[in-house]
Amino acid sequence: MGNGIVGASFHFMNTSAFATLLETTSDEQESSGSFMIQLLKEFKIGNTTLHITTTHVCLAIVTIVLMIFALVVNHKVKTTNEDEPPGVLLNIAEIIVEAVDNMVQGIMGTNANKFVNYIGTLFMFVLLCNISGLFGLRPPTADYGITLPLGVITFCLIQYNGMKVNKVNHFTDLFKPIWFLFPINLIGEFAVPLSLSLRLFGNVMSGTVLMGLIYGLLRPFSVAWPSVLHIYFDIFSGCIQAYVICMLTMVYITDKIGD
Amino acid sequence: MNQVTGQDFINAMSAVGAGIAMIAGVGPGIGQGYAAGAAAAAVGRNPGAKSDITSTMLLGQAVAETTGLYGFAVAIILMFVKPFK
Repeated sequence: MGNGIVGASFHFMNTSAFATLLETTSDEQESSGSFMIQLLKEFKIGNTTLHITTTHVCLAIVTIVLMIFALVVNHKVKTTNEDEPPGVLLNIAEIIVEAVDNMVQGIMGTNANKFVNYIGTLFMFVLLCNISGLFGLRPPTADYGITLPLGVITFCLIQYNGMKVNKVNHFTDLFKPIWFLFPINLIGEFAVPLSLSLRLFGNVMSGTVLMGLIYGLLRPFSVAWPSVLHIYFDIFSGCIQAYVICMLTMVYITDKIGD
Repeated sequence: MNQVTGQDFINAMSAVGAGIAMIAGVGPGIGQGYAAGAAAAAVGRNPGAKSDITSTMLLGQAVAETTGLYGFAVAIILMFVKPFK
């Protein structure tokens, strides 16, 4: 048994986040590690076991908040008189819609109307997910199971629109400069969703891990100053990443279908 | 001194490997610095195009960051997922 120095140090740091950092697997969770995905409940249907983790709960909260926001704004838009000045909520909604419209228009040009809905939804969802760390939730985008589907949706959009616009050229472009570059071009196609999802996941996860370490290891000293780090990791980095994933999605699609 | 088992050795080497994997963070740092410097020079030359330059710079930096994040993903997998049991 390895109960030497290693075991002693494990015992010493059992209550800190360091123990979970070294010992965490899916079944031996302590309540102290706030930055890993935690198992809340599990139940069995037939032979398969379903796990409800913090990701599901935070995702549900984010989605419900977005839905309530959308419903309230929709109601306001329908009931407000055109002659009256708009209220605070309508102004916020107008700012968001205008910003997303301008962003999509600037990149996609004439195709903007087809994609502005998806890009707007993606932007608001990812933004709210990223800054949910401010409200004590674990950001759902720090789970690879959330970011990979976003990358796969983008991949499907790219391939579908490329096939629709370029017809056969979409496939012959893979052999473009010389025929033996085909494997590299194919890998390049499939690297798009991987790099998109890994970028978002890595950025949010690194912020979550650092904040968890600061709150866990420096617990007596982490009184007010981690708020500065929250501004950087949650607000700044979260906004940048939401912007970047939308921009890259638009750039990749425009690359295939032209302006 | 008690004996160190194979699993202890694997855990320790996983931690060391995670540390080595994060050396990948050097490259993106240099690359992002170059991009930010070039963007600052461009803004100095043409202050009117500041918003375009900023969005282009952010896009380029985000793409340059990818390799560092691959290293980070490897480190996270070594530390938490523990592929070598």
